[in-house]
Amino acid sequence: MDARFLRIIMQFALAFGLAAFSIALTTGCDPAPAKASHKAAVDEADPVHADKANLPPAELGLPPNPLNMPNAASQTFPVPKPPISNEMWPCSSCHDSPEEVNRTRRVLKEEHTNIVLHHDEENRWCLDCHDATNRDVLHLASGVTITFDESYRLCGQCHGDKYRDWKVGVHGKRTGSWSGEKQYLLCVHCHSPHSPHFKPLKPEAPPVHPDQIR
Amino acid sequence: MSCCSPELPEVPTEIPDVEGPLPTTKRGLGDLSLTRREFSKHTAIVASFLSAAACSTDSMDGFVKSRLREMDRNELKDLISSLERKYKKRFNKDVQVRATPAAEGVRFAYALDLSRCVGCRRCVHACVKENNQSRPNPDGDHNNPIQWIRVLEMNKEEGVDLAHATPYYNPEEVPREGKFYMPVQCQQCENPPCTKVCPVQATWKEPDGIVVVDYEWCIGCRYCMVACPYGARRFNWAEPYLPADQVNPNMHVMGNRPRLKGVVEKCTFCIQRSRNGRYPACVEICPVGARKFGNLLDPKSEIRSVLENKRVFILKEDLNTQPRFFYFYGI
Repeated sequence: MDARFLRIIMQFALAFGLAAFSIALTTGCDPAPAKASHKAAVDEADPVHADKANLPPAELGLPPNPLNMPNAASQTFPVPKPPISNEMWPCSSCHDSPEEVNRTRRVLKEEHTNIVLHHDEENRWCLDCHDATNRDVLHLASGVTITFDESYRLCGQCHGDKYRDWKVGVHGKRTGSWSGEKQYLLCVHCHSPHSPHFKPLKPEAPPVHPDQIR
Repeated sequence: MSCCSPELPEVPTEIPDVEGPLPTTKRGLGDLSLTRREFSKHTAIVASFLSAAACSTDSMDGFVKSRLREMDRNELKDLISSLERKYKKRFNKDVQVRATPAAEGVRFAYALDLSRCVGCRRCVHACVKENNQSRPNPDGDHNNPIQWIRVLEMNKEEGVDLAHATPYYNPEEVPREGKFYMPVQCQQCENPPCTKVCPVQATWKEPDGIVVVDYEWCIGCRYCMVACPYGARRFNWAEPYLPADQVNPNMHVMGNRPRLKGVVEKCTFCIQRSRNGRYPACVEICPVGARKFGNLLDPKSEIRSVLENKRVFILKEDLNTQPRFFYFYGI
């Protein structure tokens, strides 16, 4: 009798334990509430990271593209003015008749002759990035148009790893405050979009050699 | 402050001489002989008057100096205002000296992308300008400027090889074919060997991880330079040459204020900038964005992202200095 009674008690205890465990799982108890509050504090102090909350409306009618996901492309970055000279801007001052666009791939011989494409030139040309109907904007592979301020999204379509690093500040240059407001540079501030290889620099003066020290 | 001997208990100064005439207690007007006690009393009065008249408050600061580390807020305030006055007089422009303390919850760290650095030395010269290092003196006998950053050129085939690296490369253009570049500066060690050897404790690690020097307390023995495995410390062999038009007036008391002859100095992560939320000068000048700086304790900082996602190494890991300066490969 005693043994059976004990077994019943054991079964009850086991069932109770299991139930408690499953409740804990479903309610998702927070193991580190202190950590979460610290995160909130950091968000408050850091506007760059905090603006993830203010997401623009999703682009409708498009397949889910990782670059269009809320945390990636829709996050805006405080970038300086794109490096376009004032004489050249706006593009629409010359490119004012979208209906007359020659979409044939060719080497430009009359205008923009200074631009020599050294950027996957075998597979790409102007209208792969510049929008044919509105030259004041660029377009992504999906057809979504973006302003020149957001050109990093365009670059990020192919250079995803660099884009990922740029967003967290590992690739590229940030100036300003390590703890607060930062200024970013666009990809095109360092890499010409038409010939992106980084140009060599003249080094500044070397240190004085020990033989030369007076 | 008094420079006379402390007051002594009265001792008999006149030894009775049985053979000579007995000493008289009454002295004439022209009699200048004094007892020892009287003499010390008078000297004390004269000396205190003299010193009060001759010393301005600024030179007194140098005389009664105490260690930066042990100063309370008021002492620091006095020191700062006297330094500001001194520098204003010397450079003929307004100078701001700060003593911003380390912030709570901040541990500075630095990361440098070896796959990006092109060896252009922009950082070296920006650092000199920002931190008021001694420039080459065109008139004097001192042509060696003080630079806190040294950019080493190495062969790609051999990897990081300090023994065969050179900082004196000077081609028309960088990067050179087959070479890579490794800037070395103070590694702001968690376990700094330089601070342990200082016989007067004039250098120490601040709570935010920056290793600083008390320029007034440093005796110039250069033990710390020997102890540093990274060659990151520099010594002012000559009187530092700093023309007034090149002075950066934004100073920190433990950072870029003008140095004295015979003291050691080093990189402070631009303490005058970083303690006020800004990136160091070398980070902001780098044309390739190879330099990263931030708070190690902030999980969203660039530094943490580098440490978590990139191939990172520290220089001379085997010495257990635990640098807060990380080298990484961005590619």
